[in-house]
Amino acid sequence: MLNWLAGMLTDPNVRWILFGSLLLGLGNGVIGSFSYLRKQSLLGDTLAHASLPGICISFMLSGVKSVGLFVVGAILSGMVATFGIHAITRYTRIKQDAAMGIVLSFFFGIGIVLMTHIQHSGNGNQSGLDKYMFGQAASMMKPDLYMMAAVSAGLILLSILLFKEFKLVSFDPGYARGLGYPAAALEQLLLFLTVVSVVAGVQAVGVVLIAALLITPAAAARYWTHRLGVMVVLAGLFGALSGAAGTLVSSALDNLPTGPVTVLSATSLFVLSALFAPGRGVIAKALVSRKVKSDYVLQQAGNSPELQTTVKASGEEV
Amino acid sequence: MTGIFPLQVSNLTVAYQKKTVLRNVGFNIPEGKLIGIIGPNGAGKSTLIKAILGLVPKVDGEVSIFGGSYRNRRKQVGYVPQRESVDWDFPTNALDVVMMGRYGHLGWFRRPGAEERRLGMECLDKVGMSAFSGRQISQLSGGQQQRVFLARALAQEADLYFMDEPFAGVDAKTEKAIIGLLHQLKSQGKTVLVVHHDLATVEQYFDHILLVNGELIAAGPTNETFTPENLQRTYGGTMALIKGNAASPGYGGDASC
Repeated sequence: MLNWLAGMLTDPNVRWILFGSLLLGLGNGVIGSFSYLRKQSLLGDTLAHASLPGICISFMLSGVKSVGLFVVGAILSGMVATFGIHAITRYTRIKQDAAMGIVLSFFFGIGIVLMTHIQHSGNGNQSGLDKYMFGQAASMMKPDLYMMAAVSAGLILLSILLFKEFKLVSFDPGYARGLGYPAAALEQLLLFLTVVSVVAGVQAVGVVLIAALLITPAAAARYWTHRLGVMVVLAGLFGALSGAAGTLVSSALDNLPTGPVTVLSATSLFVLSALFAPGRGVIAKALVSRKVKSDYVLQQAGNSPELQTTVKASGEEV
Repeated sequence: MTGIFPLQVSNLTVAYQKKTVLRNVGFNIPEGKLIGIIGPNGAGKSTLIKAILGLVPKVDGEVSIFGGSYRNRRKQVGYVPQRESVDWDFPTNALDVVMMGRYGHLGWFRRPGAEERRLGMECLDKVGMSAFSGRQISQLSGGQQQRVFLARALAQEADLYFMDEPFAGVDAKTEKAIIGLLHQLKSQGKTVLVVHHDLATVEQYFDHILLVNGELIAAGPTNETFTPENLQRTYGGTMALIKGNAASPGYGGDASC
């Protein structure tokens, strides 16, 4: 196992891809923490699915597979999707969850139609575009990696700089406005960063599953701490670990897409956290409630006269 | 009195979608008083506060705070939102929430430091919560959460305070602590506006009242304004019995024990 790992790490290509996916997981985990706390987990998923038509249209217009152009296209279609959700919730009686469901499937449907069209167009350049569905880290070129790493680094830097502001607006946006912070602009910025982090990861993890890298590490990190700073860092680490695991396993096994492996790694971390985390974990909670019950039974025994004698007989002080 | 009112509102109108919530509200608030905003559910009491603070857009009207716009005077304004307006399972502790009251003074990018911690602890102490500074906020009782919100507003070191139903769902002990704090603020010359529900305690708690139901029904010193006729106009005929009781002078005294 270690030999296998060492062998892979000597390959400079793999090292680069590993580095990129580490940064990607880190950035997604950090931004995802804020999405999670603002109860917008599903929005990340909607934005990811909505990026597919944007990517396809960029390709159809330019005829080249350029990550930069894809990012622009994905951000634009992500913005149209957000606008769509906003319009539906505002002008109809439909609530946000249903609006997101409608927009997500509609955009993904358009994306699939466009992608099928591209694949049958006979354009030689199109090979590999289908990898955007489930991600293929191994298919990434150096410029793609640079792009992904730069975007993730930028996300992390902004989150450090604006940590106080993001915290305030995630906890109590009304109060933030009262203090004079442009809460709406900060919320828009967080949304924009979510789009960017989703799009940056699309090639590595795929549009279908990238949202998991946003949500699952944050949900896992929440189990371990009561402090936002620690949660954000932990979510980043969980994301980085999942990204790295996904990349390594999918590089080692041919034809295995990166996305599913990354998601499975993140989910394993989540299950471990949900079970074993002290305080909030399922096992810790069960132990606490058992202790409370047994303490109560003992106390009752101490209070009731007929049981008192038996307790006293066994030499226990009440 | 300096001659400048802490708060002047004229011609304020607010509408959500198509429904007008507040119509043509205007009043001046004197300095250094405790003012109750009273009215039935859905009367627009919270909306009034939110419109003054610019949290909901107003259709028409002027708001002047210490003679200036809210934008320029916001460091003089403290705000206590309704407790239910946030998710208390947020990963943070009581002191951290209180220090948020300093974020407006800190400005962009700067993090709270030792000075903010000291002030935060001082404010927690004032609401009797210093023992809970490190407690995760979801593990506080409703009354304790309300006191944390009050401490956060105190940390703003403002001159004019807006409190949205601080007495909602708190126990007698917390209610007493809050009232003590309000009187302390008043003795320091601060002005406090409180959205309030319990008619039985109005006369006991507030110097002035604003009676609101979609529009301003009456405003002025409590002893002149808290009359059966005004309450009738605010709450409508169905409230006749309660109103009669609440307005009788002996009732407020009985409720104070």
